[in-house]
Amino acid sequence: MRLQFILAKLTRGCLTLLLAVTFVFIVLRVSGDPVAMMLPDDTPPAIVAEYRAAWGLDRSLPEQYVRYIWSAVQGDLGYSFRDDRPALEVVLERVPMTLLLGLSGFAITVVVGLVTGIAAALKRGTGIDHAAMAFSIFGHSMPNFFLAILMILLFSMMWRVLPSSGGATWWHLILPAVTLGIINAGTVARFTRSSMLEVLHQPYMRTARAKGLKLTRRVVAHAIPNAAIPVVTVLGLRLGSLIAGAVVVETVFAWPGIGLMLVNAVGQRDLPVVQTIVLLVALTMVLTNFIVDLTYGWLDPRIETREAKEDR
Amino acid sequence: MTTLEVEALSAGPNRQRTPVPRPPTPQAETVLTVDGLTVGTARADLVIDVSIEVRAGETLCLVGESGCGKSLTCLAAMGLTPEPLTRKAGQISFLGDDLSRLNENQLADIRGRDMAMIFQDAMAALNPVRRVGMQIAEVLVVHRGLTWRQAEKQAIDLLASVEIADPQSRAKAYPHQLSGGMCQRVMIAMALACRPKLLIADEATTALDVTTQAQILKLMRELQAETGAAMIFVTHDLGVVAEIADRVAVMYSGRVVENAVVDDLFEGPQHPYTRGLMACRLHAASESHGRIAAIEGTVPSPARRPEGCSFRLRCPHAAEQCIEPPALRPVRGGHWAACHFAGDFA
Repeated sequence: MRLQFILAKLTRGCLTLLLAVTFVFIVLRVSGDPVAMMLPDDTPPAIVAEYRAAWGLDRSLPEQYVRYIWSAVQGDLGYSFRDDRPALEVVLERVPMTLLLGLSGFAITVVVGLVTGIAAALKRGTGIDHAAMAFSIFGHSMPNFFLAILMILLFSMMWRVLPSSGGATWWHLILPAVTLGIINAGTVARFTRSSMLEVLHQPYMRTARAKGLKLTRRVVAHAIPNAAIPVVTVLGLRLGSLIAGAVVVETVFAWPGIGLMLVNAVGQRDLPVVQTIVLLVALTMVLTNFIVDLTYGWLDPRIETREAKEDR
Repeated sequence: MTTLEVEALSAGPNRQRTPVPRPPTPQAETVLTVDGLTVGTARADLVIDVSIEVRAGETLCLVGESGCGKSLTCLAAMGLTPEPLTRKAGQISFLGDDLSRLNENQLADIRGRDMAMIFQDAMAALNPVRRVGMQIAEVLVVHRGLTWRQAEKQAIDLLASVEIADPQSRAKAYPHQLSGGMCQRVMIAMALACRPKLLIADEATTALDVTTQAQILKLMRELQAETGAAMIFVTHDLGVVAEIADRVAVMYSGRVVENAVVDDLFEGPQHPYTRGLMACRLHAASESHGRIAAIEGTVPSPARRPEGCSFRLRCPHAAEQCIEPPALRPVRGGHWAACHFAGDFA
């Protein structure tokens, strides 16, 4: 049953990837000719034709698609139009920077989101709760580019304490990571709060008190494990959209990751690079979803039993 | 009351009690004293002026309809009055200590160690995502300072002592993998882990089928005899009362309306409400030719109790003086009732 479950999830994941890649492939090709964008207007037609042939753009769309998919399956994602190297290589160079930013932001999301949510639930109806929920709405509804610009205005221009663009030093990491972290922490805090509130009124929490457990132990050992599932789902979604979510923030802070690269590549119509990045983003989404699905069974033993029963 | 009814009460199948381990001697140590307890919100009181006492080795049954304040009295005794209710008056002393003088941490030290509670729906009262063995062991880790390894070993012994077969592997089970009866046994094992002086069982057998209920009752009696704990047993089932109680406190609409040694109560109930409850029993009905008796009307909501005796509007004996609230008074040695006519009933 376990294997069947995993296989089903994997198949679905592959389909998702294929859909994402296909969609991007079509949209990129109907939205403008990369050769016309790259070469000066007065380039002789013969040279234009040469470029088109070199990049395979002279073939029919279905043929291009089949060739692309076929080589992608074999691990060949094409050559960057700009940089005469494999697109995958070009993109992978930037992945560490995006991971650094994304994971730092994610860490902030987890810590701030969980702490705020749990505190709000425990202090329901008090000033702490109201402040936490105000923060949550702020994070949830604030567009990330706006918060990014606000951060630059405050910390880089008014107080001049932190650098606003580039990725040269650790100091450069702070503003973009905090921006990313806070934006997502709001949602996580809200989910944590409601999930905790639901759990705190369960009979087993009363049992925990009747057993003589103190608050910390009741929360850590009894409430959190039960409140974890919805929170982990949200966290999983956030983790999956790390790269995708970083696009805007990377652009505003000129952080040299794949988000910034994606924006540039779209502008330059570097199709293989764009496609590679999209594939990578979709892949992280699918993988994190898969991992989250697997953790459910571990977080709540009832789920595994239920699945086993349904299978029978 | 007709002779037939009296016979029904005294000769029903539930009257054949297995002998209780030992009758409480008056010298036995008083474990819990609740004195004039009132619990409620600003608008209404749910428990009014309740006074009860249990001694070591004694079982006190709290009886009454749903919502009469039985469970709340127990929770208050544990210092667990649920929000937004508060204890508005009264004193609870446990082993001579006034509970209201203790802070939350001191209370936590007592709970689970010296006083323990068993809840009604054991399956829901156990944490669904933690193994039952761990949940029992936790009590020992917290109160006895054992290591987890020692505590888990002891948890297995405890599971064996509540007659769970194959305790070794059951300890690794999650609550949803066990039956309701087994979960209740786990709860009992958890409550008894530290050999508490006071055990409060809140409708501990209500959710179980009759056979399991009988087994659990027997088990609890045996364990009580072994540990000499005082026990408060909340139930609305008079059959269970007959089975397990030494003393009975009957509650109605937040008050104790009758308090007596179990035999006195069954032989001569002095409050019309208690008499009504007795008449409602099934075998009482079968012996009075078919019809199941019922007490007319419903329990008044705490916010709109009638003036005077709160049973007045449902009472077949209600008279003019019932507009005056009756005090709980002794009818004869150790038998108390809150009715103007108590003592007049045969």
